[in-house]
Amino acid sequence: MIRVQTEDFDPGAELDKLVAGRTDIGASVSFVGHMRSRNEDRDIETMTLEHYPGMAEKALSAIEAEAHKRWPLQASSIIHRVGPLKPGDRIVLVITASAHRQAAFEAAEFLMDWLKTKAPFWKKESGPEGDSWVSSRSTDEDAAQRWTAPAKPD
Amino acid sequence: MKVLYFAWFRDRIGMAEEEIELSEADKLTVRDFIHHLAGRGEGYSAAFEDMSVVHVALDMQEVDHDTIIGGASEIAFYPPFTGG
Repeated sequence: MIRVQTEDFDPGAELDKLVAGRTDIGASVSFVGHMRSRNEDRDIETMTLEHYPGMAEKALSAIEAEAHKRWPLQASSIIHRVGPLKPGDRIVLVITASAHRQAAFEAAEFLMDWLKTKAPFWKKESGPEGDSWVSSRSTDEDAAQRWTAPAKPD
Repeated sequence: MKVLYFAWFRDRIGMAEEEIELSEADKLTVRDFIHHLAGRGEGYSAAFEDMSVVHVALDMQEVDHDTIIGGASEIAFYPPFTGG
């Protein structure tokens, strides 16, 4: 399940919904990305997330489908917020559920690495020094690259 | 064709979208179109200054600069993604 929304989400409630009634899930991993008040030595008061409506949803669905191809996942959720956010706010949620923990851990990392570099979202930071668009990080690109080789079969 | 600008492309060009008539789109590459746009004024030339950060999608599918525009109905320009 993927969702792009302006509202906040409740990670616990989302996890409960995902695993409700399921007895084949032995492990779930949840990742929540939060907004920090400092980035690269700058104070940030507001971060505005922009997306390409339509393409963002397509990209997230494709990334989720790829995770299901690579790992034996029973269920997954990706929620990405857009619009203005304040320090401490939740930005993104990824949940993966599987029979065993290793697939859930790995798939959650994969989903985060790929969504940072392959889904059309952009961050703008605003603070006392003005507004600036966040530039992409080579460390994020490296993190995404390590998944380019297909995962080993079980 | 609908032309969309995201993030600092929108800031520099000063609009989120516009409609541009293309002739001979079956021969026109994304790169040709970028050169055409860059000549439309100061904001455009600033936006397309550094081709290494110009990312493009045709009908919501990311493509490289050598792709022929063809029958696409929507083209979008944006910097590298920074979500998550």
